[in-house]
Amino acid sequence: MNRAGIAAGQVPLAVRRLGTVAYRDALAIQEKLVRDRRDERIPDTLLLLQHPHVITLGSSSDPSHVLASPDQRASLKIELFEAGRGGDVTYHGPGQLIGYPIVALEEQRHDLHRYLRDLEGALIDGLAELGVQGHRVQGLTGVWTPGGKIAAIGVRVSSGWITSHGFALNVAPDLSYFATIVPCGIEGRAITSLALELGRTVAMTEVESVMAEALAGRLRRRIAV
Amino acid sequence: MARIEVPMPQMGESITEGTISKWLKAVGQSVERDEPVLEISTDKVDAEIPAPAAGTIVSIEVEEGETVEVGTIVAYIDTEGVLSDNSSAPAVEAAPAAEPEPPAAKIPDPFAPPAGRTVDSATESVDEGSVPTEDGVRTRSTPVVRRIAEEHGVDITRVAGTGHAGRVTKQDILSYIEVGKGGEVAPVAAATSPRSTPAHIGVSDLWKTFYGQVQHPEFPVREGDRVEPMNNIRRLTAEHMVVAKRVAPHVHSLIEVDFTAIDRIRKDNKEQWQEQGTRISYTAFVVWAVSRLLPEFPQINGTVAGNSIIYRGSVNIGIAVDLDPGLIVPVIRDADHLSLVETGTKIIDLAGRARSRKLSPDDIQASTFSITNPGVLGTLVGLPIIPKGTAAILGTGAIEKRVVVIEDDVSGTDTMAIRKRSIFSLGYDHRLVDGADSARFLARLKGVLEAFPENV
Repeated sequence: MNRAGIAAGQVPLAVRRLGTVAYRDALAIQEKLVRDRRDERIPDTLLLLQHPHVITLGSSSDPSHVLASPDQRASLKIELFEAGRGGDVTYHGPGQLIGYPIVALEEQRHDLHRYLRDLEGALIDGLAELGVQGHRVQGLTGVWTPGGKIAAIGVRVSSGWITSHGFALNVAPDLSYFATIVPCGIEGRAITSLALELGRTVAMTEVESVMAEALAGRLRRRIAV
Repeated sequence: MARIEVPMPQMGESITEGTISKWLKAVGQSVERDEPVLEISTDKVDAEIPAPAAGTIVSIEVEEGETVEVGTIVAYIDTEGVLSDNSSAPAVEAAPAAEPEPPAAKIPDPFAPPAGRTVDSATESVDEGSVPTEDGVRTRSTPVVRRIAEEHGVDITRVAGTGHAGRVTKQDILSYIEVGKGGEVAPVAAATSPRSTPAHIGVSDLWKTFYGQVQHPEFPVREGDRVEPMNNIRRLTAEHMVVAKRVAPHVHSLIEVDFTAIDRIRKDNKEQWQEQGTRISYTAFVVWAVSRLLPEFPQINGTVAGNSIIYRGSVNIGIAVDLDPGLIVPVIRDADHLSLVETGTKIIDLAGRARSRKLSPDDIQASTFSITNPGVLGTLVGLPIIPKGTAAILGTGAIEKRVVVIEDDVSGTDTMAIRKRSIFSLGYDHRLVDGADSARFLARLKGVLEAFPENV
């Protein structure tokens, strides 16, 4: 497809709200959608969902960064998932908004760092909309507030510059679960959430809508209705 | 046989290297054009690298887990699909001569659209009106280099390439621009021209490279050896040590310190400190004393920066913590404003968080002076390397009982006594700190520690 002729903001972005999806199932969904996107069977698609408690391990993860013992994990009902890819240990769970953009990046966006910065930018825009000032920290991908890390980012780019994986925004998760891992090696800054920053809870559906708009804005997409 | 290169692609302007996380194909397997061959990871991104052409993988040059610069050849593909019997021979010949595969030898946009649209945007803008040299330019440069060339109006074919297969690297083009486009190098067409002409590498660039880049030499692996890639802490430590030693002319001075007074204070206050829930280590006494003295010795709490000297406005003491394996240096900020008990408590906190890998980036930055304690395991004394960006480091040796001769103040008679003592070493940057400065600092430190004030 020749996208060059399409004006900025006119590339459609379909938003699919999936509710709670097991990490393993979300991987399978993403794999299929990446193929479909490459074959032009679907438009750019943003998946919005939540995961049940899960700790994911990359192939280069240091197993000692999982602090919870198997017994503790069992009693907390945390699944351990070896994602078989790069990256370090992450935790996902209820109250965290997961966004997986399956997007075919156009030529001028063929830059991994630019894509990471765009995701951060979208999160910062969306947070501002919700009344929280987020910022970047040089050298540490993700979004931060003075209170700590509020959103984590990890992406995959497949053949054809098709993106998958994405961001995890702490809306109102039980932060004590983060104590079961060491997020990203020595980086042991505090973890914070939207609820903690605002002192009140925001409906997940509202956060979903705001973040979809913010992402569409950064990537110059138009949300397809 | 047409043997083409699979280079580590340029996946973004600020991306200079990538780690091979997984080979999806093995030697001998065939691949389609654009079929993923390997996965790389960089920062928070995993990316698939597709084959630049269809064929058979004939050799894999880089193992999983290794990190290589953009442009490094990671594999070779035989486009005729025949596994060569001399596949181990280092035939680094790119194949554009025989094969109509322009993307094969350039550092490609790996996901460039398949045949039909072979000109990427960066090339379009650079190569306007220079069609005949386009292949050569694209073969020998990256989008970043082409952009820099365009911005400075430089004809890339005039620049000697020092990268893989004669590619013009970012460094090459920057050096060329810096030298003011003075002398010209023979055009690329003359294949015999030298890859790099010293006249085009500015003197300042040589120093920048020497101080900024580290390349560890290779050594042969013998049977029974185990080879592992360095993890991040090890790699950063290795690079830091090489650079730190290159930058600062190191000198070490030693002094012996008597811990009798400190031992008495520790004994007298042990219970009180326990009630406060803390423990004051010998290191805390040393940190406290050093922090009080550093404002008197601004050059020891400073650093050489270019042709200037920075005298630091605060006293931040880095404490080396053994992680076994590995080492990290958390920093006690504004140590000169902490009481002895606060210092001791802070050390326990930082060391604990270092061992549980819970330090934040702020905890390990902006050190102005470092202390390392090789004595903790009984070593008599160490001669530590000065962390770059600082002027000195103190090494504390084992504190052990020794027989010493002491002179009675009143009668002037000599007696032998058993005293707890330790040898301290100060490693200092001799560009900034003179031997006499070091001697005065160590003498003052010895004085403070041996007559340690009560109630601090």
